[in-house]
Amino acid sequence: MKKEQLLDLYYQMVLIRRVEERGAELYQAGKIGGFMHLYIGQEAVSTGLIAAREPRDRVITAYRDHGVAINCGISADSVMAELLGKATGMSKGKGGSMHMADTSKNMWGGHAIVGGHLPIAAGFAIGDQYAKNDNITICMFGDGATNIGYFHEALNIAKTWGLRVLWVCENNQYGMGTAVERASAVDEIRQKAEGYGMKNSAVNGMDVMAVYEAAKEAMDFIRKEGQPYFLEINTYRFRGHSMGDPERYRKAKEVKKWQENDPIGIFNKYLLDKKVASRKALDEIEARVEEEVIKAVEFAETSPEPAMEELFTDIYAD
Amino acid sequence: MAKITMREAISQALMEEMDRDPAVFIMGQEVGVWGGTYAVTKGFYDKYGPDRIKDTPIAENAILGGAIGAAMVGQRPVAELMTINFAFSAMDYVVNQAAKLRYMFGGQFMLPLVIRAVGGGGRQLGATHSQTPDAVFAHFPGLKVVSPGTPEDAKGLLKSAIRSNDPILFIEHATMYQVRGEVPEGEYTIPIGKSKIQREGSDVTIVTYCKGLELSMKAADELAKEGIQAEIVDLRTLRPLDMEPVLESFKKTNRAIVVEEGWKSYGVGSEIVSRIYEEAFDYIDAPIIRVAQKEVPLPYNRTLEQAALPQVHDIVAAAKEVLK
Ligand SMILES: Cc1ncc(C[n+]2csc(CCOP(=O)(O)OP(=O)(O)O)c2C)c(N)n1
Ligand SMILES: [Mg+2]
Repeated sequence: MKKEQLLDLYYQMVLIRRVEERGAELYQAGKIGGFMHLYIGQEAVSTGLIAAREPRDRVITAYRDHGVAINCGISADSVMAELLGKATGMSKGKGGSMHMADTSKNMWGGHAIVGGHLPIAAGFAIGDQYAKNDNITICMFGDGATNIGYFHEALNIAKTWGLRVLWVCENNQYGMGTAVERASAVDEIRQKAEGYGMKNSAVNGMDVMAVYEAAKEAMDFIRKEGQPYFLEINTYRFRGHSMGDPERYRKAKEVKKWQENDPIGIFNKYLLDKKVASRKALDEIEARVEEEVIKAVEFAETSPEPAMEELFTDIYAD
Repeated sequence: MAKITMREAISQALMEEMDRDPAVFIMGQEVGVWGGTYAVTKGFYDKYGPDRIKDTPIAENAILGGAIGAAMVGQRPVAELMTINFAFSAMDYVVNQAAKLRYMFGGQFMLPLVIRAVGGGGRQLGATHSQTPDAVFAHFPGLKVVSPGTPEDAKGLLKSAIRSNDPILFIEHATMYQVRGEVPEGEYTIPIGKSKIQREGSDVTIVTYCKGLELSMKAADELAKEGIQAEIVDLRTLRPLDMEPVLESFKKTNRAIVVEEGWKSYGVGSEIVSRIYEEAFDYIDAPIIRVAQKEVPLPYNRTLEQAALPQVHDIVAAAKEVLK
């Protein structure tokens, strides 16, 4: 990877972190409502993954979607505006935190029914197969989502029909308060793909370069072979499941241990060790992000509410 | 009488029935270690342990299908759906299996199942997480649908539901867990399938249930200030529907509105209005008005969402309209 590209990945990861830290404050202040699920701790996953895609490849994910949105090139302004439910958000304030999408950037949402978007991802690939192109659909979901029927139906049809989907399980060790081993028959989740005869691997999700390499390899395979691939990415969410999680199910010590493996810290060190950038250059990136986030909050706060007529638009196309 | 919250009332009902009958157990997502998404089962896991408080995977079909099977072989499961919206992920089990198995096999077994589900909008959760699809479920014979509007009713009805030998969908409202109300001391149950007059009045009948009751009570206070006495009939059970108190009230007031949180088309109000036309046509003095949700999926934005949901002022306006 070129230096500029590496620094861009660093920029994206820091931007996700700061947007969410500000988002959490705005939530506490009552300016954001509904459910908000933070990606803090998991930034390396979507950053590494999406860096490996071609712009024509589609991305679809669950409700923990702010990071994915930013990695797909949606602006911090737009993300912040959607969080505040403003007309300038990418979903016009109708979707909120869980429903960020910008199909012009091949970001197809933000889906809040656990596992519900997996068969839809298979459907994107059915559409692409029908159109005889070799686009890939990157479908991200949590460990908890692999226990629902949707997951199994989607993987089965993907392998049977030779669909170009990169299935990405973000194993952050918990589905809400339920640890993987309390809910899943196998705790190495890629074994489920094994059951469908699907090529698979696992990677450390705290290391953005490792994620990027694994995704690149998987996508080369998918493109060439016209087959799906299953990638398990091991990671951890540093914050609660959503805002207002009492976190009775895990120990502070465990959280602290993972936080010592901060993906941003790891990548910062990598860039310094490999002499890709000086500390000053990285500080500058962080300063640039600070400014961008301040501007995004200002943009969102001064943006108009959606007009009352918007209640009745977008229901039907005809 | 003690004043407790809806949350406490539901929690007490569950605990009392678990203590009373060892066949009762709870299964659902985050009911145990977490203590229930809405803290209804807080403390249950420590008291009853993992055999009776089962934290399930995110697998609505396995939860409902599993509970149906356990009920068929003699247990009394209370299956919890984190929200009623997730019933759609397992719709077959609610309307095609639970509602039909006993009938189809000539009554060879009972199906003593309670599905507790949290419904309702108003929390900015977006279109898929904010629905009030009660009427959809009430459409199916074989299923009973209960949706209380006060802590007293919630406790008494849930206890009856757990003791009932039939599958019952018990719908709670996500914004009502903090609602406080008087609850009788000691043991009591309330029969399923009985509507209740929650407030007496002589000018106009308001037929409603669940969240609609909370709103209608406030609307009745407003109307009273203007000298209009509204009588409020709380359905409490949508199927089997008890029209007696509704018709009795209507024959007195000759004017009615129906208030529900769900969509108007093909809704609870549509059913109530039809029944009044069928059974009390001669008593109708004015067209009956339905107050319901605007016909849109609920948006995230707070102002828009509130505009789509029925409000107290909508009820007041509708009551005045039928009195014109
Ligand atoms: C069908 C369905 N059931 C339950 C829920 C409630 N719910 C939302 S997120 C979640 C946990 C999901 O865990 P996981 O897939 O591991 O994703 P993570 O939140 O860890 O990113 C649950 C149970 C839902 N949204 N949809
Ligand atoms: Mg998870």
